[in-house]
Amino acid sequence: MAASETSTGSNIPGQAEPAGAKRRPAAGPWVTAFRKLVRDKAAMAALLLFILIVIGCSFAPYYAANIAHTDPFTSYDGTVIVEGQELSVLEESTEGLGLGTTPIGPTWNLHGYFLGADDQGRDVMARMLYGGLNSLWIASASTVLCLILAGLLGVIAGFFGGAVDAVLARILDVIWAFPIFLLAISLSIVLINSSIEIGPIVIRAGSLWLPIFIIGIVYVPYIARPIRGQVLSLKNSEFVLAAVGLGVPAHRILWKDILPNVATTLIVFVPLMMALNMVTESALSFLSIGVQPPDASWGTIIQDGQTLLYSRPMVALAPGIAIAVTVLTLNVFGDGVRDALDPRSKLRIGGD
Amino acid sequence: MLSTLIRRLVQMVFVMFGISVIVFLIFFATPGSDPSARIAGRNASPEVLAAVRKDFGFDRPIYVQYGLMMKRLFITGDLTSFQNRGQKVVPQLVDAMPVTLSLVFGGAILWVIGGIIVGVAAAATKGSVIDRGLMILGLIGISMPVFWLGSVLNLITQSRFHDTFLFSWVPALGYKPLLDDPWEWFKTMLIPWISLAILYIGLYGRVLRASLIEANEEDYIRTARSKGLTETRILLRHALRTSLITFVTLFGLDFGALVGGGALLTEVVFGLQGVGKLTYDSLKSLDLPVILASVVYASFFVVGANFVVDMAYAILDPRVRGR
Repeated sequence: MAASETSTGSNIPGQAEPAGAKRRPAAGPWVTAFRKLVRDKAAMAALLLFILIVIGCSFAPYYAANIAHTDPFTSYDGTVIVEGQELSVLEESTEGLGLGTTPIGPTWNLHGYFLGADDQGRDVMARMLYGGLNSLWIASASTVLCLILAGLLGVIAGFFGGAVDAVLARILDVIWAFPIFLLAISLSIVLINSSIEIGPIVIRAGSLWLPIFIIGIVYVPYIARPIRGQVLSLKNSEFVLAAVGLGVPAHRILWKDILPNVATTLIVFVPLMMALNMVTESALSFLSIGVQPPDASWGTIIQDGQTLLYSRPMVALAPGIAIAVTVLTLNVFGDGVRDALDPRSKLRIGGD
Repeated sequence: MLSTLIRRLVQMVFVMFGISVIVFLIFFATPGSDPSARIAGRNASPEVLAAVRKDFGFDRPIYVQYGLMMKRLFITGDLTSFQNRGQKVVPQLVDAMPVTLSLVFGGAILWVIGGIIVGVAAAATKGSVIDRGLMILGLIGISMPVFWLGSVLNLITQSRFHDTFLFSWVPALGYKPLLDDPWEWFKTMLIPWISLAILYIGLYGRVLRASLIEANEEDYIRTARSKGLTETRILLRHALRTSLITFVTLFGLDFGALVGGGALLTEVVFGLQGVGKLTYDSLKSLDLPVILASVVYASFFVVGANFVVDMAYAILDPRVRGR
């Protein structure tokens, strides 16, 4: 790993070497952490499963076009041939007054309606794969956005201190006290139906960037506050004071001493934040203020399944299982990363 | 003690002010559309728009707009919905509150009891099958979306297994007031409480287990052990007491998340007409005044609850008072 020499404490110059001993360069903290992570069987299994889920979802267009031969974004009220039998996708309802229709149930046949249809006759399996792509994309993009913003704010507030810090810390305190989910709801409901132009950035109504920005922004205090605390304590640690005493310029201290340490913390946050963001995205989409139709996400499919819960439970069950499994793999992998990189930290996992 | 109280009170008021400003800015100063159109809803006539603009002062400086809105929310309480014409928002919220409070407090009681049982059981059997099983179950609990878990519980108790002896006692969805029939109230709320608490039982079980195991290394536990106390007594009377401090701190934070997030989704899934369901219905009809009011009231409630937890904490742990 190229970053190993930038990390503090990797090479301690002047440490007594036994005379004549063959000098082996000590493995840097990044290499050590990586080796520890690879040895963690649970974390590796979780990572493997997560990668499989990502690969599976990325086959969505191929699956819809070449295996299931269906368009999962338009409603369909015709018939489908399953194992030689012709079945209508939206059957006339036999219950009650016989007015509405009941979509076809799971055929367990990959060539069409593997998990059944939703109330518009769309193939749930194909929508699951497309929805998974959206859910994974939103979770990862908002995580990256959140970590960049929080890292910047935390380092600026902690390193420069003074009035900047006072203002930033107050703002972070207020947002911290604000129930995250209510903040996300407020932002979503105001912004979801209109396109926004901020300078050169144009976000069209219903764009996936909207949930990405909203989820990325609301969790900033969760990360910026610990980062700020870490930078503050690093600033007063002996090796930084020594560097200051030697007359090392501030930008070099920031780059060589502070950032590598902050980077570890940020990396530990990545899988855990992805898990949290995925749950948040599904909740917003479930409330119909996240991903907008006709696009799908695992949250919107659960919402589609609400009216069919007792007649065709698979529509709501399948995406929920997908979320739970994906979030579980991220949490287990995140635990492994944390143990490998920073065993002393006590970060929390979980969501709402 | 008194100075702590006053300092925390000032902090609380500052945070509440900050939140009200943020909410106001989100609803009325974000780019996109005209603020009076947001209040009046879709398809409002030009006359209504003009009236709203004048009423809410959208043609005046932004601090006047803020002041007028806060007056409507907290002093006169006459913010009205434009979707259900003339329906006053604040009384609607007040009517919905008992439902949300029943849900939240019941869920919190289950969560604390369940979290302590899981954490203590796992720490006491550290490394065994029970410990591993509980931790895996806890992780699964953390990973499930709460609204989905609620749907699954509905499917089981209302439909698939409703006719068996296990769940035939579960009443139909909907809220029954506590004062009308406490037993019926308890029966309707039990499944929502469970679905709300499972996430936090997993989370807190894990936190408490870690904290108990850490406490095991401490000197005072070694002392207790060398005095010849039984392991049970050491765990429950010595280790658990200290570990509960972490538990209480986190509880303050997560109680807010519960009110703001989990409770809203649970109310929607179980058809409980609380503040969350009210917000949800307004999200569907884009009834912004209702959403605005419920967000502000719910956030203030959370900040107030955090203040109470903080004070309780300061009473329990004298070290906190100095900070």
